[in-house]
Amino acid sequence: MNPGFDWLALAEFSAIGLLSGGLLALVALGFVLIYKGTGVINFAMGEFMMLGAYFLYTAHVMWGLPLWMALPATLAAVALCAALVERAILRPLSGQPVISVLMATIGLASALHGGVDAVWGGRNYEMPQLLPRKPLFIGDVMIPGQVLWSFVLAAVVIAAFTLFFRRSRTGVAMRAAASDPVTAYVLGIDVRAMQRLTWIYAGLVGAVAGMVVASMTSLSPALGGAALGVLAVIILGGLDSIAGAIVAGLIVGLLESLTAGYLGGKVRDIVPYVVVLVILLVRPYGLFGTRQIERL
Amino acid sequence: MRIHDFRETYVHDEALWPTRVQRAWLVALLVALAAFPLVGGGYLVGLMCVLGIHVIAAAGLNIMTGGAGLISLGHAAFMGVGCYTAAWLAQRGVPFVVTLPAAGLMAAALGVVVGLPSLRIKGLYLAVATLAMQFLMVYIFREWESVTGGVRGVNVPPASLFGLSLNTDARMAWLIGACAVVMLIGARNLFRTRVGRAFTAIRDKDISAEVLGIHLLHYKLMAFAIGAFYAGVAGALLGYFYRAMTPEYFTLQLSIFYLAAIIVGGLGSTLGTILGAVFMTLVPELLRGGVAFAAQWTPRATEILSPIQQVVFGLLIIGFLVFEPHGLVEVWRRIRRFFHLWPFRS
Repeated sequence: MNPGFDWLALAEFSAIGLLSGGLLALVALGFVLIYKGTGVINFAMGEFMMLGAYFLYTAHVMWGLPLWMALPATLAAVALCAALVERAILRPLSGQPVISVLMATIGLASALHGGVDAVWGGRNYEMPQLLPRKPLFIGDVMIPGQVLWSFVLAAVVIAAFTLFFRRSRTGVAMRAAASDPVTAYVLGIDVRAMQRLTWIYAGLVGAVAGMVVASMTSLSPALGGAALGVLAVIILGGLDSIAGAIVAGLIVGLLESLTAGYLGGKVRDIVPYVVVLVILLVRPYGLFGTRQIERL
Repeated sequence: MRIHDFRETYVHDEALWPTRVQRAWLVALLVALAAFPLVGGGYLVGLMCVLGIHVIAAAGLNIMTGGAGLISLGHAAFMGVGCYTAAWLAQRGVPFVVTLPAAGLMAAALGVVVGLPSLRIKGLYLAVATLAMQFLMVYIFREWESVTGGVRGVNVPPASLFGLSLNTDARMAWLIGACAVVMLIGARNLFRTRVGRAFTAIRDKDISAEVLGIHLLHYKLMAFAIGAFYAGVAGALLGYFYRAMTPEYFTLQLSIFYLAAIIVGGLGSTLGTILGAVFMTLVPELLRGGVAFAAQWTPRATEILSPIQQVVFGLLIIGFLVFEPHGLVEVWRRIRRFFHLWPFRS
């Protein structure tokens, strides 16, 4: 073994990577919700993150509302946007070929991105710190406070959603509507309302992730592009598995952090896409995804 | 139903343009296109070159996505490969007549490699795989400096054909126009052959196609190769037209632009390719003009030009998908049908 090898650095990279994977898993949860609920990959997920962050900035910093008022107001606004999107774009396109729905979400991403750029301008804003910065030391390994707390937040949100889908009536109804819309409809479940709810929840998850990411870095329209890298997480975990999203989030976070540490930031940016290609070639349905069997 | 259109022989029935009126319009159009570089201003001729390149690339994507149903979010990467291949060869003194097909073949080779996953995955998964390929290729364009010149870009020496240097926009316009016409006729004819019908069968249901005896490996890879070939040729022409190219041109944005063009135009239709590519190229230009006009009163207008272009681009895609899923070609058909019996019946 190389005697000069810096084990401390490796431990730090690994810890930070695993913890930042929590945030990846949170964004992935937004993708998985929509895929499970409506069979669509939402390419506008990054733009929902952007909306959440910009709304919060506007309410909290520009209008000076206290955080306990600004946060619910922001979430309500994002929920409204998500519901509108579902009603105006996705519902007319239900039953259309994959490429149509895919392109609709890409168009939505472009429109939202341009809209945000036009309203707020392309400059960087400094978001207020939402999470404590105080670092945590485990032995000599230093973990930045924001990374740690973002992981905790992501874990709480994901756990809440898992409980919601297991235990609550609405959650079970949403799962039923996702797995077999016709039967669910016959049993008296309002499938359309469930699909609307799916989009709203995914929008909220995205908004929360967006706020956290923006407060850890800075707020600019570039935030929207960040979500595409999360595609690696959902492909690796399997498009329709929440558990897969968590495990894959941690793996991808670890990989990104290690490559950033040892090979540099440029290589880090393409890690997710290398992961995607390898997974799709070797195991297209991901680690935990449902293997689709096609019949004529 | 067209008046006085009797198809009495098989040759006539199979003709690409069956009636004399159609052929007359076509000749008029070609003459107009050929004369345009002589009379049009510098800006318009440049625009015509860009249009021709977009039409060629979009035709390739329409064969792949509209024809064979293989969604690709990586068309710009194929163009980039074509562009850099042509540039690399041209810098070493290889004549234009060789570099153009070589660029296409190089892109086609990449297309075959990228097409391999399409045997196991399709739909959304294939879209994500091509998306990943797109990002990887842009990374390679940026980092492989000895070939691509890195972020500073690459210079392409001017093309020359039969001893004539194609160093003006007008000459490039003729070259690009000729290439576009040849490749569009190729695309139109492709769907009348065994290969094209196999593509259609795969698009509609690939398992059924396989049961019918269509070799999926063979034809899916062929669709990728043909689509990428078109993109490679378009990329090479782009390099010769701008004479310098940076990796920033071949990003995901451009791939999405081509997908948008074929959706707005009409999937699987050659006329749709043309209409879509022209429409999607002209709308930003018109917006630019409109914004320049508005800037007389509100100076901030120029600031938000690019966001507005983005918003309009997105809304156009959504609007066409929701309200006119068959694209501009369907609008065109409706207009034609209206005038077939006009003014006797509307």
